[in-house]
Amino acid sequence: MKKIEVKEVDFYYGKFHALKHISMEVEQNDVVAFIGPSGCGKSTFLRLFNRMNDLIPGSRLTGQVLIDGRDIYAPGVEIDRLRKEVGMVFQRPNPFPKSIFDNVAYGLRVNGIRDKSFIAHRVEEALKGAALWNEVKDKLKASAFALSGGQQQRLCIARAMAVSPSVLLMDEPASALDPISTAKIEELIRELKKEVTIIIVTHNMQQAARVSDRTAFFYMGEMVECGETKMIFTNPSKEATQNYITGRFG
Amino acid sequence: MVKFIESELVQLRREVDQMWTLVYNQMDQARQAVMTLDRQLAQQIVVRERRVDAFELKIDSDVEDFIALYNPVAVDLRFVLAMLKINSDLERIGDYADGIARFVRDIDVQEIDDRLLQDLQVDTMFTLVLNMLEELQEAFNEEDAEKAAAVLGMDDQLDRIKRASGGILIDYAKHNPDAIPLCFEFGGVFRKLERTGDHLTNIAEEIVFYIDAKVLKHNDSQEKSDKKSPEGKK
Repeated sequence: MKKIEVKEVDFYYGKFHALKHISMEVEQNDVVAFIGPSGCGKSTFLRLFNRMNDLIPGSRLTGQVLIDGRDIYAPGVEIDRLRKEVGMVFQRPNPFPKSIFDNVAYGLRVNGIRDKSFIAHRVEEALKGAALWNEVKDKLKASAFALSGGQQQRLCIARAMAVSPSVLLMDEPASALDPISTAKIEELIRELKKEVTIIIVTHNMQQAARVSDRTAFFYMGEMVECGETKMIFTNPSKEATQNYITGRFG
Repeated sequence: MVKFIESELVQLRREVDQMWTLVYNQMDQARQAVMTLDRQLAQQIVVRERRVDAFELKIDSDVEDFIALYNPVAVDLRFVLAMLKINSDLERIGDYADGIARFVRDIDVQEIDDRLLQDLQVDTMFTLVLNMLEELQEAFNEEDAEKAAAVLGMDDQLDRIKRASGGILIDYAKHNPDAIPLCFEFGGVFRKLERTGDHLTNIAEEIVFYIDAKVLKHNDSQEKSDKKSPEGKK
C-alpha cells in the first residue's frame, strides 16, 4: 500500500533550483533512506513531507506530495494536523526544557488531550516504544537535560511517537551520537517500522544499508536512483550511485 | 551486537545447515544407489542436484548482501567468509554425489560383484565420508573447533582406500575382461569420494578459522592434528 507518493516535484529556494523533478513512492511501514553528499537536496526533500520548508522565505514547490492519497500542499490542509501525522526527529537531540514526562506529554497536551491517566499511559507506551522506559521510569520528573545524548534522542523519538504519527522523518538522527547509542537508535528504527513509515536522511551509508528497506541516492538536487537497499548496495544501476557508495565520488 | 544483525547471522547459519542436510542426504542415497545398483534412486539424486545448486546460489547471494549491508568485522567477518567457502565445498560434494548417481544410472551392468565391493571397501569409504559430514555439521552447529579439527585425520583413511582401489580394480579387470568398462567407471567413484574428503577437510579448516581465528590451511596433517585443541581469540 502506497503511504507516500511524490509526483514531479520541483523545489526552489528563491532562484535556486534545489530539487529537480522528483517522483517516488513509499510503501507503508517501509524504512526509506536518503543518501548523498552535502547539499544534494536530501534534507530539503525530507522536509517537504511535513512542510517544514514552508517557513523559509522565497521557497516554492511545484508538483504534488501525497500522503495516504491526499495532497499535503493542497489549499486548506491544516499544518498542525499534518505535523501530528508526520513526526520528525532532528540531527541533534532537542528536548524541551521540561521534565522527561512533560516532554513526551507535550504533543498530547498541545492536541487538547487533558485526561491525565490517558496521558500517563501514552507517555509510558511511547517511552517503552523508544526503548527508554527502563532507564527513566524512576525519574520521570527529572529534567530531560539530565539524560545522555543518546537518551535525549530516544526521548525525542518518544515525543514524536506519543501523538501516534503514521510517518516519522529522521534527519541524521544518530550523527551526534556514540556507536552504542547509534546502535540503539538503529535497532529502534527496526522496531518502529512495525508502526510507522520511516524516512531517514543519513550521511552514514552503512547506517542506510543496515536499517532501510529502500534507499534513494541524491545528487545536485536530483534523485539519481531509488531502489531496494540490497540492490543499491550490491548492484546499483547508475554509475554515479556506485561511485558514491564505493567512496570514489568526486 | 545489534539484534537485527544477529538475526541475519542466525538465518544464514540456518540456511547453511539446511544445505548441509540436503548434501548429506544426497551422499547417503548415493551410497544406497551404489550398493544396490538402484537406478531409480540414482535418477532421484540427479534430479535433486538442482536443489543443491539453487541453495548454493541463495546462500552466495545472502552472504553478498550481508557483507554489503552490514560490513562485518572480527568474528562476524570470519563467519560469513567461512559460510561462503563452506557453501562452495558443500555444493562440490553435492556434485560428487550427483556424479556417483550418474555412474549408477548409466553403467551397463546388471549387478556388481559383492566380493569386489568388499575388497574395494566402498561402503567403508561412504561411511567415512558420511561420518565426517555429520561430525562437521555438529561441530558447526555447536561451534566446536576441537570437534571440527578432529575430523582432519579421518581424511587419511579415505586416501588409503582410494589408493588401494586402483590395484584392486586392475586385478579384477584382468580376471574379468567383461568388467573392464565397469572397473574403469568405478575408479571415478573413488576419486569423487576422495575429493569429497578433501572438501570436508576444507570445511573443518573453515570452522576452526571462524571460531578460533586459526589458519590450518596448507599445514601438513601432523601440524593439523597438533592443533586439535586450538586456542585463540574469539
